[in-house]
Amino acid sequence: MTEARLTFGRCMVLGLAWTILGFLVLPMVVIFPVSLTDQYYLSLPQESLSLEHYVKFFTNEIWLSATGQSFIIATCSTIAAVILGTLCAIGCWRISSRASEAVRAFMLLPIIVPTVVQALALYRFWIDLRIVDTYFGVILAHTLICIPYVVITVSASLANFDLRVEQAARNLGASVSQTIRMVVVPQIMPGILSGAIFAFTISFDEIVTVLFITSRHIYTLPKRIWNGIQDHLDPTIAAVATLLIVVTLLLLLAELWLRKRRDAARANR
Amino acid sequence: MIGRSLNHGSYWVLIAPAVVLMVVFYVFPLLQVLWISVTEPTFGFGNYEELFTNSFLHRIWRTTAFICGITTALTVVLGYVVAYAMAHVREQQMTAMMFCILLTFWLSVLIRAFAWVMLLRTEGMINNALMFIGAIDDPLRLSRNQFGVIVGMVHFMLPLAILPIYANLRGISQSYVAAARGLGGSGFQAFRMIYLPLSKPGIIAATILVFVFSLGFFITPAILGGGRVVMVSEYIRVAFEETLLWGKATMLSSTLLFGVFLLLAIVSRFVNLRRVFGAT
Repeated sequence: MTEARLTFGRCMVLGLAWTILGFLVLPMVVIFPVSLTDQYYLSLPQESLSLEHYVKFFTNEIWLSATGQSFIIATCSTIAAVILGTLCAIGCWRISSRASEAVRAFMLLPIIVPTVVQALALYRFWIDLRIVDTYFGVILAHTLICIPYVVITVSASLANFDLRVEQAARNLGASVSQTIRMVVVPQIMPGILSGAIFAFTISFDEIVTVLFITSRHIYTLPKRIWNGIQDHLDPTIAAVATLLIVVTLLLLLAELWLRKRRDAARANR
Repeated sequence: MIGRSLNHGSYWVLIAPAVVLMVVFYVFPLLQVLWISVTEPTFGFGNYEELFTNSFLHRIWRTTAFICGITTALTVVLGYVVAYAMAHVREQQMTAMMFCILLTFWLSVLIRAFAWVMLLRTEGMINNALMFIGAIDDPLRLSRNQFGVIVGMVHFMLPLAILPIYANLRGISQSYVAAARGLGGSGFQAFRMIYLPLSKPGIIAATILVFVFSLGFFITPAILGGGRVVMVSEYIRVAFEETLLWGKATMLSSTLLFGVFLLLAIVSRFVNLRRVFGAT
């Protein structure tokens, strides 16, 4: 009797859990058919499947330049955030005192501050620096926003790395920079790459700060999509969204692969 | 000993660039916001007085608190169910579940809001489907109201709730529940009296994360609320962009910022926040 009820309860929980997961993936699932619509408005395909909205994306100067801008900004911010974040994480890990722990917590600030507050603050300061609506301004902002994610992933990787290996290298006469380049970085590469993927995704998708600190010159892809949603719901957005889902999927798979390698490294110890 | 501290000195050099950048280009602008909030248009706490006197602002804070509260409650309950299932199924099914969650987690918030608009608007897919099967005659109003905003926000926040709860549940040994059952408790009793209390840290962590992130949430309410559900963050944008009221915008920003830090300060007495934010 109890056993039967237990199984019933289990089925209920499992069914409910998959229903909630269905709710999670539903938006992704519906975008794909809509992107193939043969209509000029947002709808499911009526008579036939059509790739015209993908063609529109790949031939429209506006969409292409937005994608290009986003790509440039995300690449530069990722490089800057990975270098700064990795060095910071290594420093904190090596010192490992109360002060360095505080520094690591401090670096998480951009995750905690509400996005609108952050956007308003940066906009105000960017006016004084005269970098509103410039590549440099956006890249600087995105670097700051991405650093915490690099610090988190690299710190997680370092937690599995034996401090004595680093000390041995130093005792054998390697300088700090040699030790980092030749001993530490190769060991924590999966963590650094994970951080890079995270940073790239965050910068590529970032919208709120961009809305504040740019006006006419900088038009990133999220900003175009935002305007598209505000103006009229064009099926091209569904095509762009589908492409972004595919890219996200690939990045996620890469990250999961790296995570597996990181776990394997931990298991080997 | 001297060598050791010198050694550390060179490691502080590694930390310095990131910290300096963060202080100059992030913390300073935030302090500037606080400063403007008490100096624009005149020096003093005049802007903050509005918090108590302006009934329009009261309504906005009430809307914000209401939507964040409902979102948090729904998200944590639904998130718990998923995390519980994940902790109790076989590896393979767990991986499939985790994949759904991570994919959603990684997908741009804008794309997700766009998809919800597509589903929920008056001539959207859900209304069309319901009318097609004859369940309703006239389309339901599912977006451009609080319902739409809450659906979109719960969708955004769910992964943020599931991940910390799951991390907590995975650490609870099944033998406790088995022992409770062996001592004669029913399945539900064992859950309520043993398992649920043990999962409290995960639930608290998820609640804070979701509530704090909902407070400053901007994109989803702006798109799914269609200008009818104005929360604090959207109002800040309106105050600054359309009316150029820097004093008011910075005052609201400062209040939001203080609110978030106050909440975190209170809960940090009970929970290890660094673990919540994944920086252990």
